Amino acid sequence: MSETTVIDACNTFCPGPLMELIGFMKRADVGDELELLSTDQGSATDVPAWIAKVGHEMISSEKVGDIWHLKVRKMK
Amino acid sequence: MRILVVGGGMGGTIVANNVARRMSKEIRQGKVELTMLSATDQHWYQPGLLYVAFGKMALNDICRDQSTLLEPGIKFFVDPVEEFELNENRVRTKSGVVHDFDLLVIATGCEAIYDEVPGLEKASETPYTKHGAVKMFKRLREFEGGKVAIVVGVPHKCPIAPIEITFMLHEFFEKRGIRDKVQLQYTYPIARIHNIENIAKWAVPEFERMQIDYETFFNIKEVDIDNKVVHSEEGTEKEYDLLVAVPPHRGMPVIEENGMGDDGWIPTDRYKLTMDGHDNVFVLGDTTNLPISKTGSTAHFESEVIGENIASIFRTGSATREYDGKVYCFIEADQDRATNACFNYIDPPEIKAPTKSMHMLKMSYNQWYWSSARGLL
Ligand SMILES: Cc1cc2nc3c(=O)[nH]c(=O)nc-3n(C[C@H](O)[C@H](O)[C@H](O)COP(=O)(O)OP(=O)(O)OC[C@H]3O[C@@H](n4cnc5c(N)ncnc54)[C@H](O)[C@@H]3O)c2cc1C
Repeated sequence: MSETTVIDACNTFCPGPLMELIGFMKRADVGDELELLSTDQGSATDVPAWIAKVGHEMISSEKVGDIWHLKVRKMK
Repeated sequence: MRILVVGGGMGGTIVANNVARRMSKEIRQGKVELTMLSATDQHWYQPGLLYVAFGKMALNDICRDQSTLLEPGIKFFVDPVEEFELNENRVRTKSGVVHDFDLLVIATGCEAIYDEVPGLEKASETPYTKHGAVKMFKRLREFEGGKVAIVVGVPHKCPIAPIEITFMLHEFFEKRGIRDKVQLQYTYPIARIHNIENIAKWAVPEFERMQIDYETFFNIKEVDIDNKVVHSEEGTEKEYDLLVAVPPHRGMPVIEENGMGDDGWIPTDRYKLTMDGHDNVFVLGDTTNLPISKTGSTAHFESEVIGENIASIFRTGSATREYDGKVYCFIEADQDRATNACFNYIDPPEIKAPTKSMHMLKMSYNQWYWSSARGLL
């Protein structure tokens, strides 16, 4: 498996963190790990909801300081 | 000093004119050489394509000869770059000419791509290309009613366009007296109907008032043309009689071919607007990998920062300004009202009720754009 790709979507409103993640997910390979950094509180619920809906894997979600670190794995 | 601008669209043109004005004396004295390379001799005002798709503007209204938009002092060549040799501070063009530079500005934009979504190109109408906008208007005029699905690829330029297109479809069918025969179904990739929370909050009641259905978490996977159904990555589907797409985008192939960024997005410092690892290479507009809106206004505000920094690097040896992430968007709300959104890295936009005067301002801007590109506005 390749190393984790970090997507820094902190302090941005448009297109926003989940849209950034979707873009990166398209180009990732199955099994790849991605870590989304977000200062948007909404990411803590939106990202897991989308990951579950599509069928990817939510590895972890934690807030360090003001930043959400959301780790996911592409499953299909 | 040799300054080379690659790309003659919104960002490249505004930055080149900005530098030419600031440094006109040094250019006349031969101390500064300012060159622009582009892929075409035409300059398209892409926001106008939306109006072409709805029969409100013609293609010739939104195109000018690039050379007429440039300040004297800018050497302009239609000769696209094929090789970026950044460590040697030079580029090589299609015709084989080598241009050396001290400072390079890259503004090659991005383009709609269809290879990721089977069936999408054949099945859909789009205002995102010249050919598409003309074709879409023809199709809209012939449409007599049925299900209209609006689908949105990721990433895409002009993030407000999906909502504007939907409002304009509503208005178009209403004016033709067939709105009651049309079911408008909007879809969007994330959890709300627009990525900017305040725009989503404002647009939901507007959609409800206009009886526009919407589904969120809808990422286009493929289009089944025979059965007229769009399938989403999330496992849902939408039937359509008319499919309108905001296609996914990529940066220009030349960027990835030169190993400068996956999918053509160049890794860029969000404040300095320099390419990672290359302090003498500025990047702006749609081709950056920055997590901000791919809009002309972004390119415009970035141009002003880069123009000022280029002049100050020449005069003082260092840059003086940082980009704060400023973006400004008009939002067409219906046939004669518009609102706007202005935000940066820190401050979110506040959306006000749409007004007629804001719509008039956008209509005027569609004409003023040429002065803006010249750097006069
Ligand atoms: C339908 C639609 C509606 C829009 N509405 C709005 C709006 O309302 N408001 C807004 O702010 N923005 C809007 N936009 C977005 C806006 O048009 C773009 O964000 C803007 O044009 C980006 O500027 P740019 O300089 O990065 O790229 P572009 O303007 O696309 O210019 C890229 C330039 O690079 C040149 N080029 C490409 N490859 C090479 C090469 N290899 N060598 C040299 N030159 C090259 C091209 O010929 C072109 O001149 C809209 C876009 C569309 C399609």
